[in-house]
Amino acid sequence: MSTNTKRQAGAREALAVPDGETVPVEAPTSSDAPVRRRRRRVPEITYSVLVFIGLLVVWQVVVEMFDVSNILVPAPSAVAVSLVDGFRDGSLVSHSIVTMKEILIGFGIAVGSALVSAVLITQFRTVERVLFPLLILTQTIPKVAMAPLLIVWFGIGISSKVLTVALIAFFPLLINAVLGFRSAAHEQVEMLRSFGASRMQVMRHLQIPSALPHIFAGLEVAVILSVTGAVVAEFVGSSEGLGYLIQASNFTLDVARTFAVIVVLSAVGIALHAVVVQLGKWLVFWTATPTNAASEV
Amino acid sequence: MPTSTDTDCVIRLDSLSMLYPTKSGGTVQALDDVSLSVRAGEFISIVGPSGCGKSTLLRIIMGLSRQTSGQVTFGPSEDTHRNQLGMVFQQPLLLPWRTVRKNLLTSPDLHHARDAATQAKADELLVMLGLEEFGDRYPNELSGGMQQRVGIGRALMHDPRILLMDEPFGALDAMTRDQMGLDLLKIWDQDRKTVLFVTHSIPEAVLLADRVVVMTPRPGRLADVVEVALPRPRRLENINTPEFGEIVLKIRKLLDSEHSAH
Ligand SMILES: Nc1ncnc2c1ncn2[C@@H]1O[C@H](COP(=O)(O)OP(=O)(O)OP(=O)(O)O)[C@@H](O)[C@H]1O
Ligand SMILES: [Mg+2]
Repeated sequence: MSTNTKRQAGAREALAVPDGETVPVEAPTSSDAPVRRRRRRVPEITYSVLVFIGLLVVWQVVVEMFDVSNILVPAPSAVAVSLVDGFRDGSLVSHSIVTMKEILIGFGIAVGSALVSAVLITQFRTVERVLFPLLILTQTIPKVAMAPLLIVWFGIGISSKVLTVALIAFFPLLINAVLGFRSAAHEQVEMLRSFGASRMQVMRHLQIPSALPHIFAGLEVAVILSVTGAVVAEFVGSSEGLGYLIQASNFTLDVARTFAVIVVLSAVGIALHAVVVQLGKWLVFWTATPTNAASEV
Repeated sequence: MPTSTDTDCVIRLDSLSMLYPTKSGGTVQALDDVSLSVRAGEFISIVGPSGCGKSTLLRIIMGLSRQTSGQVTFGPSEDTHRNQLGMVFQQPLLLPWRTVRKNLLTSPDLHHARDAATQAKADELLVMLGLEEFGDRYPNELSGGMQQRVGIGRALMHDPRILLMDEPFGALDAMTRDQMGLDLLKIWDQDRKTVLFVTHSIPEAVLLADRVVVMTPRPGRLADVVEVALPRPRRLENINTPEFGEIVLKIRKLLDSEHSAH
């Protein structure tokens, strides 16, 4: 971490000197600091992309040089071909849609039930006393271990997958939401009450907005877990979906296809995560400013 | 209290005591036998060393804390209820997701009373608070003193009959502080709310108040209640008059003697 920032600082300084001289248009109009800031951002992303491409090239070269078996590790080019094929014949798309559906419905159920539970737990003492210890206890069960049972109970259709996803996403959401609803400062509650706010109004004007940052922290974790949950449930028993596709292609030793599905799965995960993060930035705008400022330092 | 009759008394404190439990199982006495009658429309300043129980006193009056013994009664008639109290807290306590203007409108929003008149009043307050350019900004874009001013404005928007102010100018620089004090007096003069004003500045306490309550170090008792018989409207120049200096000196001596007695 510290060596990383040092290296970046060094690179920044090395960049700053030639910049001032080779870009005469910018130098006189803008001050030094903004120029540096703008310059600094571009390389960070480009470096990541370059490193990524570099790794792919090394991978390709190693596979070709040492003639690695396609069944062990396929070359990136083979994965790319398999990806294109999968999209051409529509198989990747149709299976993605199935898995997405499982993820979204399961995630939705988890979000809804976790938020309702969190409100009940934080608003009613008795609910908290009875329910919370039980929930904490059941949290220690590894949720993926429940997947086979759910298949037995609900069949190999979509409902067992949806429930696995919901189960796996529920707890991080619940814990964060409970923390969030409790995060409002006591003094703030007193302030609102001093203006005559009812309990519902304290909830609406204070506790819900204060909970949002925590809820979004939970959503970010839960959305990634949802993808895992759907794939695991499909592994256990299914006739369609990306998890099914991985097992099927593994069975036929089509490892390039397995890799292609993994790429699609990561893309799905990244996209869902990005949606959650973006939504969070938009809804929790008041904490976004300091975080942005910090990342610029 | 000698000078008040029962008819125009709005808050009456009868031997209030407050014991806080401590973590180690003991207690801390914050208030000891505090009795005071506050007349309607009176401006009372409260001074005393840090930790003597000034905030505790306001919290008890506000109903946020419950006294260990003693009584708070509101008068003269039953229509002086707790909801006619408003408080400016020692911290600004702004809601970070509300703009400055919306923070001012907290109370009207809670009472579904955000009409054109309240909007206009909010605009007026923004000007008075020196925040007219910051109405649409968020609290985290404001300095501590500016946030404190929004907190004051929010209580003024609530428009209570009795205003409790806990070191409202604590985070302000000396010049803004004087100006805010005079502005507060102007507002107070319009409808003569009853004000309880906690401060650490003796000249400020004297400049604003009809009476200054001087408290002893913990456990807070009333050392004395000093009458400020200076004419109104008060001006900043009042500070340089000998009468003013005398009252300030009297309070300072009271605080000093109480301090050395401990
Ligand atoms: N919630 C609490 N629990 C325990 N002790 C408390 C609590 N609040 C205040 N006290 C104690 O009561 C005493 C009076 O506190 P209070 O906040 O009323 O003082 P204050 O006069 O407002 O001081 P300051 O001028 O520094 O704001 C202090 O000694 C403090 O330690
Ligand atoms: Mg205090």
